[in-house]
Amino acid sequence: MEREKINKGFAEMFKNGVIMDVTNAEQASISQEAGACAVMALERVPADIRKDGQVARMSDPAMIRAIMASVSIPVMAKVRIGHFVEASILEALGVDFVDESEVLTPADEARHVDKTKFKAPFVCGARNLGEALRRINEGAAMIRTKGEAGTGNIVEAVRHMRTINEQIHALRGQNSHEMAKYAAQNCVPLELVRQTFELGRLPVVNFAAGGVATPADAALMMALGADGVFVGSGIFKSQNPAKMAHAIVQAVIHFQDAHKLAEISQDLGDAMIGLENESLDVKMAQRGN
Amino acid sequence: MTVGILGLQGAVQDHFAHLKRCGADYKVVRDSAGLAAIDRLIIPGGESTVMAKFMRQFHMLSPLSERIAAGMPVWGICAGSILLAEIADGAQGALKALPVKVTRNAYGRQLDSRIDFIEIAKFGIPHYPAIFIRAPKIVSAGPEVISHAIYNEHPVFVTYNRVMATTFHPELNNDDIFYDFFLSL
Repeated sequence: MEREKINKGFAEMFKNGVIMDVTNAEQASISQEAGACAVMALERVPADIRKDGQVARMSDPAMIRAIMASVSIPVMAKVRIGHFVEASILEALGVDFVDESEVLTPADEARHVDKTKFKAPFVCGARNLGEALRRINEGAAMIRTKGEAGTGNIVEAVRHMRTINEQIHALRGQNSHEMAKYAAQNCVPLELVRQTFELGRLPVVNFAAGGVATPADAALMMALGADGVFVGSGIFKSQNPAKMAHAIVQAVIHFQDAHKLAEISQDLGDAMIGLENESLDVKMAQRGN
Repeated sequence: MTVGILGLQGAVQDHFAHLKRCGADYKVVRDSAGLAAIDRLIIPGGESTVMAKFMRQFHMLSPLSERIAAGMPVWGICAGSILLAEIADGAQGALKALPVKVTRNAYGRQLDSRIDFIEIAKFGIPHYPAIFIRAPKIVSAGPEVISHAIYNEHPVFVTYNRVMATTFHPELNNDDIFYDFFLSL
């Protein structure tokens, strides 16, 4: 209970900020310099994982350690869905947050990690309210949209954020019987559904992720109610990563100010190459339950 | 009276419910124009590097320093206390409004974050649950700085004139004690 409060409270500190994917210490330093509030250590950015088509796993601990040593901001790292041993390794390394991520190849097709067994906080992806509440019930301290990582296409992140918002909104019209039915259908405790209804939002911090490629994409997700933004391939697959990173952070701060967004968005060089959803061989968002 | 909350990054919205219950108007401040429209300021928890970077870039440091010097009450929480400090990690602080030396992440990483009970005699509270999250440590303080709570031999809640700092997170608790006190400064 105490750990839960400390970990959910920690997630509050990321709000209104940008968390950036990095694959080495140099990229971590560039991200910190550009204004990232945390970095996510992984072996290859999602766009490369998608291109390589190989099994993607937790990163080399030596690489994670090098990143932890190179920056003063919090360091997150990814484990495969259901891979509780990878999670325990990251905890042993002392990473600040564990991302149980569909971007890596799932280790368990039926079960996610029981996150209540860990001292380290977890963030998990979700496409809808039921999925978000199942992860929270398993102990996730933070939620993010799944989006469709490595595509530079914001459409899935928008779909997931809007779906969560609409499903929370729909709880308002429900009586206690209907709410109990909703809880049962989604395999979550009624108490968690009730809490969400009363708050009018998810009971933990909810970031946007998966497909953010421009400052305008980041501002769009903030305008749709995201508490902050993860950027994966969008930075280090762009023409000028330092400039793009800095612009995306500013866009999150000034997401409501179109004049400032116009300034922020200009002369950034090419964004990452975007992929149409229909052209994808692997839909990462469909991994997990 | 309008309470500003520095909105460059961090736990900004967490203050809204507290301030509402205290009957205070509030406003998120994201640029120097916003600073002119407030009567006191909360610098929230979050990443001090991010907030310092954009306060500098958006030209907020000198107008804010001037307001604080002219007596505007300000409350820095965790990262906010780092920004207020005269010296942070051995270097010049961003605002230098509080004569203390702080060390960032002094207790370690998130796995070392904790809730511990501290005594706050000023509020008549023997056991306040203080939430320390990758907290900074006030390693030394000038003689004019008043320490209101000590944890592991170091001050964790201090005031200096109308500058207030807590290295822990009262905004994550449900009570409004710290808000009532800040609004009375």
